[in-house]
Amino acid sequence: MWLIMTALAAVITTAIWYVKAPEDKYKLGLLSLIFWGATLMWFVDHVIAYLTEGGEFFEINPDATLLGLSVIILALLVWEIVLLVSDPKGILKRALKR
Amino acid sequence: MACFLIPMGEAIVTTVVQKVVENREKKVGGKRTDNAGLKWSQRLSWLNKLLWGGTALLALEHVWHGEVVPWPPFLTAMGNPADVAPMLHEMAIFGVAMAITVTVVWAIIVMVVELRAKAMPEAKVKPTSGGE
Repeated sequence: MWLIMTALAAVITTAIWYVKAPEDKYKLGLLSLIFWGATLMWFVDHVIAYLTEGGEFFEINPDATLLGLSVIILALLVWEIVLLVSDPKGILKRALKR
Repeated sequence: MACFLIPMGEAIVTTVVQKVVENREKKVGGKRTDNAGLKWSQRLSWLNKLLWGGTALLALEHVWHGEVVPWPPFLTAMGNPADVAPMLHEMAIFGVAMAITVTVVWAIIVMVVELRAKAMPEAKVKPTSGGE
């Protein structure tokens, strides 16, 4: 389930990044690459596990859904920290100067 | 068990490479490459973001499943000698496959950007966003 949720987040973020491109003031490129990196890795993980161990390709249960939400929150958190540190609108810099 | 450690190792190496390339580019005055109007450090930053992003989210998944703990030896498989060999086997199969896949996808993205830039008239070429 977390693979589906991360892939969905990657697709949505990439679409938003593309709408705003070539401008990337809010670092949506970073967020989409974070999601795509995880999506690719989990996809490989799922394919190899399915081929070698069998079973269901997607794990669909409440625990897997909660994990999917948690990884999305972590990615958003990392992106927000990078965004606040880089402060593209200069809001934090202005607040600190006061 | 610990497959994300392989892409993490690659991410450490490529981050160092990116820093070295960045310093070299600064020394030569930020010279851009001929075709896409992009520096190599920018292209490497895409790979780093893919690798670090994937590593961070996979690390959370491993913590969730109890395969990584915040106390030594950090990997639960290391606590039992019988689990060490399967862990290394999993790292060799899953981890290497993940690292190769991400790197191949990145190489394809770079190739597509290069080919598109070659096909466009020089005046229209602009540095793409999202990488910096």
